[in-house]
Amino acid sequence: MKLKTLALAGAMSLMSSVAFAECAFENTVPLKSLSAGFEAWKAVTDAMAECGNFEASLDQEFREKQPEAFAANPSLYHIGGVANSTIIPLLNAGSIRPLDDLVEKYGANLTPNQLIKIDGKIMAIAMMVNTQHLMYREDILNDLGIAVPTTYAEVLDAAAKIKEAGVVEYPIGGTFKTGWNLGEEFINNFLGEGGEFFTDGNMPNINNEKGVASLEVMKALTEYMDPEYLVSDSTYVQQQFQQGKIAMSNLWASRAAAMDDEAESQVVGKVVMAAAPMGSAAPATSLWWDGLVFATNMTDEEADAAFRVAMEGIDEEMVKANNDAAVWLVPGYAPGRLAVGAAATAAAGARPYPGSGPMGIMHTVLGNGISDYLTGAKDAATTLADIEAAYVTAAKEAGLVK
Amino acid sequence: MKFKTFAVFVGPSVLMMLLFIAFPLVSVFLQSFQVTQPVYETVEVETCTPGFLEQTCVTEMSSVPKLDEHGEIITTTTFVGLQSYRNVLEPDRAWAAIKAFDWRGLQTIDFWKALRFTLTFTFITLPLVIGTGLAIALAINNAARSVKGPVIFVSLLPFIITPVIGALSINWLFRGDGILTAWLERMLDRDIALFAQAWTIEVLMMIYRVWHVAPFAAIVFYAALQTVNHDSLESALIDGATRWQRLKYIVIPHLMPLIVFVSMIHLMDTYRAFEEIVGFSSQGYVISLQWLTYDFLVPDQAGNRSVSRASASAMLTMIGIAIILVPLLKRTWRDHRRSH
Repeated sequence: MKLKTLALAGAMSLMSSVAFAECAFENTVPLKSLSAGFEAWKAVTDAMAECGNFEASLDQEFREKQPEAFAANPSLYHIGGVANSTIIPLLNAGSIRPLDDLVEKYGANLTPNQLIKIDGKIMAIAMMVNTQHLMYREDILNDLGIAVPTTYAEVLDAAAKIKEAGVVEYPIGGTFKTGWNLGEEFINNFLGEGGEFFTDGNMPNINNEKGVASLEVMKALTEYMDPEYLVSDSTYVQQQFQQGKIAMSNLWASRAAAMDDEAESQVVGKVVMAAAPMGSAAPATSLWWDGLVFATNMTDEEADAAFRVAMEGIDEEMVKANNDAAVWLVPGYAPGRLAVGAAATAAAGARPYPGSGPMGIMHTVLGNGISDYLTGAKDAATTLADIEAAYVTAAKEAGLVK
Repeated sequence: MKFKTFAVFVGPSVLMMLLFIAFPLVSVFLQSFQVTQPVYETVEVETCTPGFLEQTCVTEMSSVPKLDEHGEIITTTTFVGLQSYRNVLEPDRAWAAIKAFDWRGLQTIDFWKALRFTLTFTFITLPLVIGTGLAIALAINNAARSVKGPVIFVSLLPFIITPVIGALSINWLFRGDGILTAWLERMLDRDIALFAQAWTIEVLMMIYRVWHVAPFAAIVFYAALQTVNHDSLESALIDGATRWQRLKYIVIPHLMPLIVFVSMIHLMDTYRAFEEIVGFSSQGYVISLQWLTYDFLVPDQAGNRSVSRASASAMLTMIGIAIILVPLLKRTWRDHRRSH
């Protein structure tokens, strides 16, 4: 990854010196950005590089570097790429600047939906949303005469039928890898049950019937998964789909384009996106956004240039060239068949991922603790009680719980 | 040697050791008794985030750290005694489980779960590494002169491969329908999932570790085999000693100090097992003590990390290594005394 990043950064700094072609202005202030490295960020930073004097670091480990790099004075990067959760440490440290004046000056093309407001101040510019939603093999479901599942109970029914018909051995795929992925699956289900993670004073609130229900759904799903589910991350599930080994999964919208990638996929055109399965209160998923933030510790001149370059990065031209790379929030985006699932999920009332300091800890302890229930080492109540205890220990150490 | 010359030669390395080993150790030791945390205040915050068409805004109470006039987060450091150690060891729960002979209960506590794995991993691989190492060394020693070079090179290869890469490649060979799993499935005509339960992962990890470390033992033993006294070997031959007897009564006693040396290195290394957990992504089933320390230290997405517990866990790992080295150190010390 590091090597790839370096190579990319190198390639980009080369490009930045030659190509001003498609940028509305010529940038003269040296600028740097640090963001995640997935396809959409590559598209956006490539577009920014067209303005010249711009160097992008695309790094999957960006979240470990960002807080320190942005706290430096002057900041080591001018532009940052963040999501719901990774904006929290930057916000807490005050190392990203409010953007209201810049938006007024240069942000004519932004829609109100893109402006992330914290306490009335614009702190970030969102460019895309991402969410986990149902992807299914249309051909398999049609052959067996199964209607598109809308709840996990229906998903399980469909899985039983598919398994019985012997179409695929493991009908369901899931991003159940221990750690962040597994924690996220629980959070999705708990949000779907209408749960609130915390009570007053940041105390945990998951050891209740909603938590148990979430765990039970997860366990029921694992019955139809490849037994190695605890090492299965998004890329693994994507490959399972591409190789025709699974029929359904609640998978990230950002992985949808890979299903139709002819170089990799054996199921081009057969995977269809639908809304995430409903929990008892909301879709069992969470809405994420990815967007741009700007460092506090840079001169106003740099901030001006950085914002203008960023606007070039998320303009209509870029979206038109990379329409299927993400579910863009940028004007000019034409939602295709790959975006249907994300749109339906949002329309059904999916809740945003509740990013916060305590939530960061909760996500970690969930990710580490749930496997004990799935492997049968603990029952649901003990698992949740242990996770709450682990949360309280960590939150006390962090100073979030008295 | 004059003291001054000695000091000039040793000085830089002592300085480096102080700087990069002693000071960090002292700092970790101190941090394991302290907790540093930001000062939080609870404020009402309205957060607006994008929906697919319209924004959703929520207003809620959230904890926000206070900043000082330079824009830095205000932190306080308090002395908490052994609290971080208690948080890692969870003595009350552990003791309750031990009193009730509840092994599974004990194994639900991260530290004890990690300790169980680390110890079995360390002590099962130890004889295997020594044995395999010795076997490779003898094989090299007995190989014809013309093929000796290539044999040494090939047997050293696993040791040269970067640990994480080695672990990952074994992971991919066996994971899901990896090449070797597919082959095993065809041979045995049944479905095999090696990453679906703890014990198969543990066996894979041990095989990996032996594969990776045995060449080191082999090369050390091979060097020592060159200095075995040939007169003793020849007289044993004349006395009618079998190959096994020569190995047992002459070669192994000669190698003993090096076997102790290799064992010590192996115990120290394996007690800090880490690459296996990451390479095999086995966190859901087994974890090691070193991985536990790492997990405390890795910040979550909101930037929280448990430095105090990580320090306590690191100190406990050091204490653990010291304890398992005691028998071997005692032996070396005894031999040392005897030789004088």
